[in-house]
Amino acid sequence: MQHFVVVGILVILTTVLTYLGLDVAGLAKHQHPVSASLQSISIDQLWNWEMMVISFLFSLIIVPMLYSLIVFRQKKGELEDGEHMEGNATLEVVWTVVPIFLVVIFAYLGGKSLGDVRRVDPQAVTIFVKAQQFTWTFEYPEYGIISSELHIPVNKQVVLKMTSADVIHSFWVPEFRIKQDVVPGRYTEYRVTPILVGDYKVRCAELCGTSHSYMENAVIVDTQEDYDTWIAEQVEIAKLASLTPEGQGQLLVARNGCTGCHSLNGTRLTGPTWLNIYGREEEMNDGSKIVIDDAYIAESILDPNAHIVATYASPSQMPAFVFTDEEIANIIAYLKTLK
Amino acid sequence: MLGALFGAVSFLVGCGVTDDWIKWARGIDTSDHHEEHWHGWEKFLNVSFDHKVIGIQYTLIALLLLGVGGTFAMIFRTELAASQLQFLTTDLNLFGQTGPQLFNTLMSLHGMIMIVSILLGISGIINYAVPLLIGAADMSFPRLNAFSYWISVPAAITLVSSLFLGGFDTGWTGYPPLSARAPVGMQMFFMGVFIAGWSSILGALNVIVTALRMRAKGMTAMKMPIFVWASIATSIISMTATQFIGLAFQLVMFQRLFGMGFFDPAKGGNPVLFQHLFWFYSHPAVYVFILPGLGVISELLPVFVRKPLFGYRWVAMSSFGIALVGFVVWAHHMFTSGMNEYLRVPFMYSTLLVSVPTGVKFFSWVATMWKGRISTPTPMLFVLGGIVVFFMGGLSGPPHATVSTDLHLHDTYFVVGHFHDTIFGGFVFPFFAAIYYWFPKATGRRMNEFWGKVHFWLMTPSFFILTFGMMYVGLLGMRRRIADYDPALGLDSAHLILTIAGFAIFTSVIIFGINLFYSIKHGEKAEGNIWNSRSPEWQVPSPMAAHNYSKPLEVIGEPYDYGLKDAPYTRFIEPASAGKSKH
Ligand code: HEC
Ligand SMILES: [Cu+2]
Ligand SMILES: [Cu+2]
Repeated sequence: MQHFVVVGILVILTTVLTYLGLDVAGLAKHQHPVSASLQSISIDQLWNWEMMVISFLFSLIIVPMLYSLIVFRQKKGELEDGEHMEGNATLEVVWTVVPIFLVVIFAYLGGKSLGDVRRVDPQAVTIFVKAQQFTWTFEYPEYGIISSELHIPVNKQVVLKMTSADVIHSFWVPEFRIKQDVVPGRYTEYRVTPILVGDYKVRCAELCGTSHSYMENAVIVDTQEDYDTWIAEQVEIAKLASLTPEGQGQLLVARNGCTGCHSLNGTRLTGPTWLNIYGREEEMNDGSKIVIDDAYIAESILDPNAHIVATYASPSQMPAFVFTDEEIANIIAYLKTLK
Repeated sequence: MLGALFGAVSFLVGCGVTDDWIKWARGIDTSDHHEEHWHGWEKFLNVSFDHKVIGIQYTLIALLLLGVGGTFAMIFRTELAASQLQFLTTDLNLFGQTGPQLFNTLMSLHGMIMIVSILLGISGIINYAVPLLIGAADMSFPRLNAFSYWISVPAAITLVSSLFLGGFDTGWTGYPPLSARAPVGMQMFFMGVFIAGWSSILGALNVIVTALRMRAKGMTAMKMPIFVWASIATSIISMTATQFIGLAFQLVMFQRLFGMGFFDPAKGGNPVLFQHLFWFYSHPAVYVFILPGLGVISELLPVFVRKPLFGYRWVAMSSFGIALVGFVVWAHHMFTSGMNEYLRVPFMYSTLLVSVPTGVKFFSWVATMWKGRISTPTPMLFVLGGIVVFFMGGLSGPPHATVSTDLHLHDTYFVVGHFHDTIFGGFVFPFFAAIYYWFPKATGRRMNEFWGKVHFWLMTPSFFILTFGMMYVGLLGMRRRIADYDPALGLDSAHLILTIAGFAIFTSVIIFGINLFYSIKHGEKAEGNIWNSRSPEWQVPSPMAAHNYSKPLEVIGEPYDYGLKDAPYTRFIEPASAGKSKH
């Protein structure tokens, strides 16, 4: 009996200490990263309850184990066996039935929390998201804007309709807590109500190939005014761009996510950099040398496997694109400006 | 591709494992009690039909793969020690792969090699221990047994060859469409897994038949050693579920080779379907990995606690409970996949339900320890380590099951920490315990206690740091399977600690390896019942003779009646009364 009392007290003590320890590490009540969406509140709440129960269960097993190890240790020279105790049906039933109750309670809480996370606001703003190796593009259908940054207004639900151009990706902003895979051939939906203005990042969470680690684009939660200004700016930029060939080329590049693989600043991503691309002499993987001109660029885009640049994988990692002659000309005009 | 298939078949014929079958097909008789041609260590490199030799062969190849998979892990763990790419850079070009590609290949291979290693390790313990525990002379089908072992050799080679054939970058899960586009290495990976799966199915069949048909006289179901229960449960899963991963991978292979669009949306296929097929095996597979380990824990705990296993029936049944529930939880890996929304709720219920039979095991183990006379030689240390580590894995499970929290945790390092806990606690620790425990039975010598303890005390704390750290960085935003991470996350120092912990674990396993090989020849002699166990294999001298027990066994008591005087578990049937022994 005395053993049970001691263990009981120790279990309660350890439970409290474990929970406090988790909390100090920032893993129970207040979690890093900051919670920046309405949905994350419900998720963090459930998490916190789980941490409490986990602290208790942890102590419930570990304390009697350690206690037995210390108190019921075989002393030196002792050859006796332990007490002959085969089992206890009542105990077994108790520790089968009580966990079943816990399961039902947490399944209920989990279901409720899922309901909170998926709650639909009929006024939600729709934004289309296209994922591709290794970047994201965001399209605002109301304004005809295409952007590689996601801007959303604070305290308004947005619904992202997401699809992929190639393989499976996954849309995750840790501060929003929610994650949704982006699958080719269908649209998946991501509802979020940001509550904290700030700069975040969408980080692709489903392995999608070589540069998966870098598939991160900016997600910016704006105040309503900033958001409106940004939209107005983008509409203006799009209008101006459509007036010149290189501007149109730049739009095409943005819409097709080329910069997910081609950098503009000289670093090597999945594909060669576009800095000083036009007129550059490039070695191919068959040893031949080619000076980059209109014909070569057109070929590279329409049929990437015709020539593969030395040190890059064959078959090419670049998908074949379909463009009209005029569009190709516009892209070339844009590439010429990258000096 | 064809080369791999051809190579595997010719390897099997060449090594001689099929000799007897070919002879039978041609109508030539072979002797029933196969005489061994090889002696000493050479018998481990040649075809043998003795379950003990095969068990040890399995264990050795499992340890070898553990070393390979561990080395891969150390390579990419080193790259992760700091943000930015240090040596797996984009300019690197090794085996036709740039640094990040090589990272992906090593990371993916680490996963699958470890899984194959675990499957083989399980077969190792089961093959070695089950016939001894049930008092049989061998497995039911010794030739099939040798075949399942030898086929795993080309499986392992094919798998590793993918590293040199352009690699692949899909992780061990091989999700299409990515896997449908990956380099040829992917094909080798699929083939390797396919062959390993074949080995696993055949092995499982053999275990089930052996455990059902070859038990000693009087060994009713409720008098079987608990490890045998676990082996049966595991084998049932392997035998019924492995086909699904084989099928899923085969469909992707066909998509790659013949352009069939099973998972290609452009041709009307469905990528999410693959995930259902894949996880229908791969979830139950984790129970294949852990049930034998938990069986080892339940088997050894009473020996070192000197008390009966608390609630034997409940523990035995809980293995089946886990196996059964395990078949209806697969979609918990797919909460974010875009499958039908409403499916998430029933899968949450079924997943949480797994904790009930698992809980029964933990409570029973603690109750077994209560008021025992506990001693802690190396095997017991690993049993205890296994319980605690597996418990950490169990506790970190439910947050994945309650859907909304999983939306945050899915595909992060939190998951990585969680499953390393379950697999180390459920398999690796008990595997080491089993090796330390049965080593004297196999060799007549024991492994060095001091170095065994060094192994334990180096590995266990490091392992806690490793997995707790993984969960920590995962919560903070570290995605899994990335070669590089955003320095802005502020995870550099955490990752450095993780890498150091990883190397400490690696070192401890090297210590174990040296201890193992050194002790074969130089270990302290241990021919008697050194653990003072009630189990039949310890009632005869070590090392075990060629056809196990010289006289048939009979069960006359309970397996774990420690603390009860004059109530042995088994006795030998003297020749006069040995009328109808099962052979
Ligand atoms: C998935 C990554 C990826 C995407 C997206 C991508 N590319 Fe590429 N690209 C590559 C790779 C890899 C190469 C080098 C191998 C080769 O020659 O095919 C390349 C080569 C090129 C080249 C030749 C460059 C040289 O230095 O020789 C051009 C031009 C090009 N891409 C244009 C584009 C355009 C325009 C787009 C968008 C419409 C685009 N790429 C989208 C990966 C990509
Ligand atoms: Cu990705
Ligand atoms: Cu699972």
